[in-house]
Amino acid sequence: MRVEFLWWHGCPSHPEALAELREVLRSEDLDPNLIERREIESDEQAERERFPGSPTILIDGEDVIPPDDGEPFSLTCRVYRLRDGRYSATPDPDDLRDAVKRVKENR
Amino acid sequence: MTLAIREKAPGFTLPDTEGREHSLPEGEVSAVVFTCNHCPYALAWHDRIAQVARDYGDVRFFAINPNDAERYPGDSYEAMRERVERDGGWPLPYLRDESQEVARAYGAQTTPHVFVVDAEGAVRYAGAPDADHRDPGLEAVWLREALDAVLAGEEPARAETKPVGCSVKWRA
Repeated sequence: MRVEFLWWHGCPSHPEALAELREVLRSEDLDPNLIERREIESDEQAERERFPGSPTILIDGEDVIPPDDGEPFSLTCRVYRLRDGRYSATPDPDDLRDAVKRVKENR
Repeated sequence: MTLAIREKAPGFTLPDTEGREHSLPEGEVSAVVFTCNHCPYALAWHDRIAQVARDYGDVRFFAINPNDAERYPGDSYEAMRERVERDGGWPLPYLRDESQEVARAYGAQTTPHVFVVDAEGAVRYAGAPDADHRDPGLEAVWLREALDAVLAGEEPARAETKPVGCSVKWRA
């Protein structure tokens, strides 16, 4: 399983999101050290990497929370919704867990 | 650089989403909140700040969006207008700082970045609304505590906190 963590330093949410991703992987008996971290540093790189905002988490190349169609790629903080509808700067850990489980089951 | 506590808050006159102009008043306590449309922190804290505006009828509230709308079209004046309309109106005016001069004058760093200004025009609180954008139960308590103190003629116990959110999107 390939897990990529894309982040931009201008958004303060990445340490918390990374910690939650690590915890989810641990809880699914996966090694948190397999996370590949990649900093996005320019709008050009954001466009090239199809980066809709920080943080973005890919598992086997697929965004765990696919962005809306037409969402621009740029250096920004990404808007997530928690399962109870609240806005958040980080994904809901349960959504991360479900994404990891789906990939595990499909292997 | 962000305005220091007790420093004079710069005046402003900015248009709201209906085109009406609003100015920082003299002789009244005000809360000036730099915010925007596209930032998860600003969105998460919005309802809490709006509730404070409803709860403190004797305080003038202003939400100001200073972001560069060329790079971030979600923060355009039109997008601001659509958001307020979609919400059925806000309890505080949502102002456009197109030139970014007001944000620069206050030294706004993030969205949100909250300033409480006393009736003499001095900044008495600057920082975040509360400690966690993900916890609505905190009810923007740092902002409320600052307002309570200033309205009572006292010193806010916590005059400064670290603003947390998306960086203000300055024009290149």
